[in-house]
Amino acid sequence: MSETLTPRGIVRARRRAALAAFWRTFRRDREGMTGLVLLALFAFVALAAPLLADESGLSLTRATGPVLAEPSFEYPFGTDKYGRSVLTLVIWGSRISLLVGLAATLISMVIGTVVGIASGHFRGVAGGALNRLTEWFLVIPFLPLAIVLATVFPPDVPKIVAVIIVIGVTSWSGTARLVRAQVFSIEERPYLERARALGAGHWQQMSRHVLPNVMPLVLANTTLTVSIAILAETTLSFLGLGDPLRISWGRILDNAYSGAVISTGSWWWVFFPGASVVLVVLGFNLCGRAIERILDPRIKSRV
Amino acid sequence: MTATAIKRPGTPGGGARERRLRAISPLQVLRKTLTALGTLAFVVVVNFFLFRVIPGSPEKAFAPRGRNADAERLAQIRRDLGLGLPWHEQFWSYLKSLVRGNLGDSWGQHRPVVSVIADYVWPTVLLSGTALVLAAGIGMWLGARSGWRHGTRFDKLASSSAVTLYSVPEWLLGLVLMVALSGSGLFPVDGGMVDPRSTLPAAIDVAWHMVLPCFCLAVVYIAEYSLIMRSSMLDERYADYLTTARAKGLRDDTVMRRHALPNALLPFTTLFFLSIGFVVSGAITVETVFSWPGLGRLTYDALRGPDIPLLQGLFLVFSAAVIVMNLFADLLYPFIDPRVRRS
Repeated sequence: MSETLTPRGIVRARRRAALAAFWRTFRRDREGMTGLVLLALFAFVALAAPLLADESGLSLTRATGPVLAEPSFEYPFGTDKYGRSVLTLVIWGSRISLLVGLAATLISMVIGTVVGIASGHFRGVAGGALNRLTEWFLVIPFLPLAIVLATVFPPDVPKIVAVIIVIGVTSWSGTARLVRAQVFSIEERPYLERARALGAGHWQQMSRHVLPNVMPLVLANTTLTVSIAILAETTLSFLGLGDPLRISWGRILDNAYSGAVISTGSWWWVFFPGASVVLVVLGFNLCGRAIERILDPRIKSRV
Repeated sequence: MTATAIKRPGTPGGGARERRLRAISPLQVLRKTLTALGTLAFVVVVNFFLFRVIPGSPEKAFAPRGRNADAERLAQIRRDLGLGLPWHEQFWSYLKSLVRGNLGDSWGQHRPVVSVIADYVWPTVLLSGTALVLAAGIGMWLGARSGWRHGTRFDKLASSSAVTLYSVPEWLLGLVLMVALSGSGLFPVDGGMVDPRSTLPAAIDVAWHMVLPCFCLAVVYIAEYSLIMRSSMLDERYADYLTTARAKGLRDDTVMRRHALPNALLPFTTLFFLSIGFVVSGAITVETVFSWPGLGRLTYDALRGPDIPLLQGLFLVFSAAVIVMNLFADLLYPFIDPRVRRS
């Protein structure tokens, strides 16, 4: 009770109330809840992987199952060319795919937010230069740039780190542009004029006044960026640019493609990892769209 | 279809045409062209530095067999790349050969990169162009209809499948289709086409090979286009001029096609031109899966080498395509949207 009397306590209480209101609206959104359930399911699988499947099932040499067996009671997702259970691969692959997707998104959001706020806040040459940089990255096609970066990345860096950095560095420009536009409207508001009049420096203005106000937008954008990052990881792994030592969903698909899955017609080898990718990405997209609907009053009034 | 639909709402007589002609000033054209050239220059710089000034020993990244190349070969590559020279001299000679249209020699194919790319560009244009045109027509129709009949069963079905398909990478769809159809023999599942320019049966053979990759590309674009079209139709749906049109007693269908559609088409048109630029690079994965002999498959093969000069050239071509189409869309926009004309 007493904490509500301090300024910080008031802010905290107000944020908590806003969050509760957001959750009430979100819970009524059927699309958003479908996405959330999907994501919760995959988060559980990734976290509980050691309980669900034995890690030794990933080894090529110690595989015990039959070769290219159809889905059965013993192997619900079938087995691959090396006799490994595809279910085990998909369960353990979820860890790498989600890890790379989330870590790359973190990098992308940090770069995007910093560049977006700085280019919106500084009106002079610096802001213009950052804006130009953002536009360049928006224009350069994403996949070729990611391919080139992954090819020339120093070979002594672990591949998984390289992939995370490559995806993070190539996917921030959309966020930066969104944030910049939002910063423009925030900078016009009276409380920033007041902060400037009181002598707040650039850092104070940006971190204490602008950042909290662009955060909702950034978070809504995050869910959509994660889906892009996961798709990018899968695509890069499929093209053979992923980490050869770790199993991700893209790597399973790459193995299947180079392991003559087409001529043998063993659909389970591509269907289950592929469906996992699609369901996770769909989950993030559904959640992201729901968050956008809730945050954008223009759409809310119409639906 | 697009052009006629857009011209219709203009005021009758020659005034509209004249206004359209003066839609953009030479100064704006110059400024936009310069911006595009600046972006292109950025790409050239990135292209140079990424491949030359990478940490460690660039000649090892350039060597065909990576770090296992022998010392003599590495020294040869160092000389060829001019790695002993200071970087600004390297950059200058790179620029000079670029201006002369020389992108170096491909390591895999032992001939100039420019001629390799020229050989592979047409299959990509054929495949992606067909997919794009099909997708534009179908996506526009689906999106306009579901936006107009917002909330109906048609809308719910169309937009939820669009959202789902939007989450499917096109190459994954291709891979699943290939595996599923591999036993049936309905469509070819490997490369091996005849040169389409030779005979009519050869052209039919190419079309037959194109069905599946084209389908995969088109499905993803349809999802994107219909979502955009639907949301801009929703934006227009309650506009006052539509109420006026309905009050005049026009049929619902006419109100949609003659009044709402031309305005709702604007974001779609921009997106369409932007995606023409991305089409060249967008097919990288699909072409790989289907062994389609275009720039995408070429990229995949260059990666496997890695054939660095070829990759460098491809990256330049992919980026330039997007930049040029971006500029085109930018210059076209004032002609189709009166609101962004000279102000």
